Amino acid sequence: MKEKECCCNCDYGFETPIFTEEMKKNYTILTPDIFPLHLELVVRVFRRYGYKVEILHTRGKAIIDKGLEHIHNDMCYPAVCVAGQFIDALTSGKYDPHKTALVLFQTGGGCRASNYIWVLRKALENMGMGYVPVLSLSLNKMEKHPGFKLVPSLLFKGLMALVYGDMLTLLKNQTKPYEKNKGDTDKLTSEWIETLVDALMKGKLLIGPSFKKTLSKIASSYLSIPRTNEKKIRVGIVGEIYVKYSPLGNNGLEDFLEKEGCEYMVPGVLPFFFYMFDNRINAKNLYGEKKGVAISYMGMKFAKYIEKVMDSVLDEFPMFKKPSTFSHEKELVDPILNRGVVMGEGWLLPAEVAELIELGYNNVICVQPFGCLPNHIVGKGTIRVLREKYKDANIFPIDYDSSASTVNQENRIKLMLSMAREKM
Amino acid sequence: MKRLGIDIGSTTIKCTVLDEDRNIIWSTYERHQSKINLKLSGLLSRVRSEFPEDEKMIIAFSGSAGMGVAEALGVPFVQEVYATRLAVEEKEKDTDVVIELGGEDAKILFLTGAVEVRMNGSCAGGTGAFIDQMAQLMGVTPNVMNDMAIDSSRRYTIASRCGVFAKSDIQPLLNQGAKKEDISSSIYYAVVNQTIAGLSQSREIKGNVLYLGGPLTFSSYLRQAFDDVLKTKGKCPENSLLFVSYGAAISGEAKEFDLVHLEEKSRRTTTLKGSSFLPPLFKDNEEYDEFVTRHEKDSKGINITTNPKGKLYLGIDAGSTTLKAVIVDENGDLFRPIYVSNKGNPIPLVKDYLESFYSECPDLVISGAAVTGYGEDIIKAAFGVDYGVVETIAHFTAAKHFSPNVDFIIDIGGQDIKCFKIRNGSIDSIFLNEACSSGCGSFLETFAKLLGYSIEEFSHNALHSMHPVDLGSRCTVFMNSSVKEAQKNGAEVEDISAGLSISVVRNALYKVIRTPDPSKLGEHIVVQGGTFLNDAVLRAFEKETGKDVLRPKVAGLMGAYGAALWAKKKSEEKGSDTSSIIKPDALKSFTHTAKNINCNGCNNHCHLTLNDFGRGDKFIAGNRCDKPVGKKSKSEGLNLYEWKRKRLSVFGDRESKNGKTIGIPMALGEWELLPFWHTLFVALGFGIKVSSPSSHDLYTLGQQTIVSDTACYPAKLMHGHVEDLKNKGVDYIFAPSLTYNINENKGDNHYNCPVVAYYPEVIRCNVKMREGTKLLSPFLDVSNEKTFPKYFTRQMHNDGILLKEKDVKRAAEQAYKALYDYKREVENEGRRIIEVSERENIPLVVLVGRPYHVDSEINHGIDTLLTTLGTSIITEDSVSGEEEKFKTMVLNQWTYHSRLYSAAKWVRDRKDNKTVLIHLVSFGCGVDAITGDETRSIIESGDGIYTQIKIDEISNLGAVKIRIRSLLAVKGLE
Repeated sequence: MKEKECCCNCDYGFETPIFTEEMKKNYTILTPDIFPLHLELVVRVFRRYGYKVEILHTRGKAIIDKGLEHIHNDMCYPAVCVAGQFIDALTSGKYDPHKTALVLFQTGGGCRASNYIWVLRKALENMGMGYVPVLSLSLNKMEKHPGFKLVPSLLFKGLMALVYGDMLTLLKNQTKPYEKNKGDTDKLTSEWIETLVDALMKGKLLIGPSFKKTLSKIASSYLSIPRTNEKKIRVGIVGEIYVKYSPLGNNGLEDFLEKEGCEYMVPGVLPFFFYMFDNRINAKNLYGEKKGVAISYMGMKFAKYIEKVMDSVLDEFPMFKKPSTFSHEKELVDPILNRGVVMGEGWLLPAEVAELIELGYNNVICVQPFGCLPNHIVGKGTIRVLREKYKDANIFPIDYDSSASTVNQENRIKLMLSMAREKM
Repeated sequence: MKRLGIDIGSTTIKCTVLDEDRNIIWSTYERHQSKINLKLSGLLSRVRSEFPEDEKMIIAFSGSAGMGVAEALGVPFVQEVYATRLAVEEKEKDTDVVIELGGEDAKILFLTGAVEVRMNGSCAGGTGAFIDQMAQLMGVTPNVMNDMAIDSSRRYTIASRCGVFAKSDIQPLLNQGAKKEDISSSIYYAVVNQTIAGLSQSREIKGNVLYLGGPLTFSSYLRQAFDDVLKTKGKCPENSLLFVSYGAAISGEAKEFDLVHLEEKSRRTTTLKGSSFLPPLFKDNEEYDEFVTRHEKDSKGINITTNPKGKLYLGIDAGSTTLKAVIVDENGDLFRPIYVSNKGNPIPLVKDYLESFYSECPDLVISGAAVTGYGEDIIKAAFGVDYGVVETIAHFTAAKHFSPNVDFIIDIGGQDIKCFKIRNGSIDSIFLNEACSSGCGSFLETFAKLLGYSIEEFSHNALHSMHPVDLGSRCTVFMNSSVKEAQKNGAEVEDISAGLSISVVRNALYKVIRTPDPSKLGEHIVVQGGTFLNDAVLRAFEKETGKDVLRPKVAGLMGAYGAALWAKKKSEEKGSDTSSIIKPDALKSFTHTAKNINCNGCNNHCHLTLNDFGRGDKFIAGNRCDKPVGKKSKSEGLNLYEWKRKRLSVFGDRESKNGKTIGIPMALGEWELLPFWHTLFVALGFGIKVSSPSSHDLYTLGQQTIVSDTACYPAKLMHGHVEDLKNKGVDYIFAPSLTYNINENKGDNHYNCPVVAYYPEVIRCNVKMREGTKLLSPFLDVSNEKTFPKYFTRQMHNDGILLKEKDVKRAAEQAYKALYDYKREVENEGRRIIEVSERENIPLVVLVGRPYHVDSEINHGIDTLLTTLGTSIITEDSVSGEEEKFKTMVLNQWTYHSRLYSAAKWVRDRKDNKTVLIHLVSFGCGVDAITGDETRSIIESGDGIYTQIKIDEISNLGAVKIRIRSLLAVKGLE
């Protein structure tokens, strides 16, 4: 039993440190690389606001082992990955643990993922590093940290950075597989990241005509990259949000698909925002739940505006496949899964599968951490119905786990690709 | 030009040569013992000498271990399922479904309609390796097992998810004397059920079925079992082993290669890459010598004698795979120790041991005897052994004798890992491996055999490995894939062996003990159990903990030794020096026959084994309660689980008043909300049918539509309940989705877990309803009493059921009342049990879990087992209401789990030393990764002992019993 006095009326446990304004000045804040491209933008914005944020790009088995040592092994794989990255960083000697804070992305809700922050805190406490502040970035209720107050202008710029991140991801993924000169696309993408952050900080490009103009400029810049005429297998990636995006979580899935000569599409983060707002509104219709409805209508309105602009820009570039609108995604999923399923990725997952198939990405990989609870329902649970509806679709669920070997995963994907090649 | 296809699987390599007309003209099938490169170049040179004229052939590789080799040699790789499909289309055109079992893979291909391929997930047994493992466990070859199965007369339920689960089902059956023929048959059926449940995923297997791959080719009984379950007659074609290599050879991707050139290249290529490696166990010979000398010196302290002094005590340890026996003299010296494999039946071995003792030492007398281990009860009954002692206590007794300062003991046996921390001279906390963490002795042995080595050779190899492969620290199935990956990458046997030893240790440390810092386990660590006789494991343990540990010379015998010391202690306490152990005369006429019967005492219908030792009295094994043995426990009737089952059964079938009948599947949340829904619908005039009680048969009824084999058993059972209701014929099946549960205001929120909340959607998406039966799966919020009627009415309306909101309101009032009444009754009954227990000095177990853990098929009769052990039982929800809301170190957001924390706090604050908490956790319950740790923290903050029991499909209570007995023994309550 720990001999420590606690912050509250409970008589066990530990105190959780607060991130003070003082800390803001000289602490490094570490973040896992959950959305590789988006995060590059967001982090730069935060840095301009005086936060010393660093993205951890560590990979490999040693990181996972670190996580396994400190996290309950039956905990979700993403928690193991993220904790592994953090703990590795804190013990690497590269960062002074007394001058480091950690930040996690939380979605909240009935999934156990909303407990990541506590699981991480327990692990740190057990390691004797309970003094390291753990912050959470969430659309829902956030804990109060005086040094980590997200002022509206920062919040807004951060959101816009995500929007641009979606656009860049979409264009990059549809250009890179076809580029004539290796490296063109990546180079262009990095240039845009810097340009966009500069402009955002100047308060430009937020909304209005310059927003549309910039999106348009971005699209035409990707169009100008010389392309080959190859025909490639189109693969869609859906799944649990962490393993969907993080190369540490999915064993470099995107690299593998690239190597196998595929074009892949990973739906962006904007739909996820839509999904969160819409769920609140839907809860009102289903149960008369009133909490957060008003703000959700506002958020919805804003998201719709963004969507409309992006949509109209992409209309001018028929070369690029454009994502469905959110309301169309809802139509697509209604015959498949009740939109009352809101834990984890919820109904959005099968909606995205349907969307991708409709867009011509007939081969869909559904990535999930081994034993992911919501995925029993929204992933594996819906595949039969999806297959019945989309007869030509090739849907493959793939489990990711600390010990599921890459060979097995790649072997399955190869099978999917063999079948796809046959149909080409 | 001729074509050549090579299929490199997890254990075998298959090679097929085709002539210009695609006829198979030459083929081989052999084990590659993980030496893939060597085998491959040998194979290519054989092909060359068979066909000296053919300089070139059209070549492709396939198989799960073929990818890396193909890449390294630049040979086209054809994915194996795809290759199978090509071959089937060429050779067996009319096939609708292919079932292919391989060494470690299981696949089903649906060829007609939408082509679909299913492969086993990363967690799934039921494959060739599983069958080999089971045959080995029975001490026979797979061929003999097949032949035995043909002569079977009955079947047992064996968990088919993976080898470890099945093993813990089979071992006790063997120990109880069940017939090997019947067990063999049960194993094959387990494979069939696993394949169907895991892979069909709600698509029906019908039409022409083709059987491929090793197990289905070699075992006629397995084919017969598939035929039986699928109600079809499948075909195992000629060359059924060669379909993959054939498909690779004919695939469009195959390319022309010069054989001489390819063979040379394969000889030169080593594909060592990808796998990660660990530092060697020993840097150099010097380090090894130091290690050997140190253990030589430290292991002294227990002597083996041929000339025992004074009174003699016998100790027997009837373990899961081995039998150990020893006699201890007055000085604590060992006499006549044995350590033998039990070949599934310990009884003849004990008989032999005693016989040889009596005949060779006619002058010596045994003054007391004790037995421990899986076979405790039956050995005790068969041979008149004086005392039975639970394993943990036996091991502790022995370790303490060897090293009085011991503060940590780890014992790795054939199938069990036991670890205990010792504080103030008594056991403080116990860690046993759960059914899913298998890294034990028999696991190493299985791998050794699989790769073609004896365990001694295999582990000796490990000591010289310079690059142990990093294989992770999880269950066998995962380990198999990691080994496969290492093989693919060309790792040598010694590297795999060393890697496995390290995995065993890491598994124990990080999975079983879950230590964050292995260097803090203790200062005086004693390691024991047969597995630690393996120097590689011992070394790996020392390296991982950074501690020099003590290994007694007789590490494998410590259980038996402890039992003997226990007999000595008990006899001395009693002042007795005569043992009731069977005497030489009686031993001469000792016979043992076993008969299997079904108990009809209750709904569990346990398979019992009736043992007859030729003395007139019979010994019953396999019972989960005292009913068949006719005893009555003092805690009879003090079981809240039992009470809940009875109370809920009152909410049974009702006649309809409005002409429509609702079926309620008794699964997941219904185990609490039944009074609510039942009352609601009855008040609205509906008739009710509740699904039949859960059973394994009921589960099998629905297994075809299970889509996720890693979901928890309580969820999977829902499929069976729905099928049952379909058979009963109802108008509606009611399975609501509930994001929120009722709010008891004990946490930060009141969610259901994702599975309980939305499982009905899985049913809706995957279970076909019959004509005339409609599934109602509305999304409702029962936590809001005020709005419930309005939204319920609306949602029923959407399903075409027209109700008046006014009527619903009235019905809902009654329903809420029924629910609250029920909950109050639970609390009252709980209080009564607590009072009686206090008054009569009966140990009280707070068996915490979820409402559905009350289901006997889910908890496998743990509550009745507890009753037979003399404890009373209450539930978490009977006491959680007494606790104020308090702050937890996790986000406390699920109703069921808030109760866990409250109940844990209640137990902690009771401090009467007669109350223990046991936490029931369903395998696959992700939420319990969080709640388990938190409940543990709460309990341990009051110096209590936290005990968790993981349950799944397994119906064996052996391991559970050990845990509970140890817990009670440690607390002095046994």
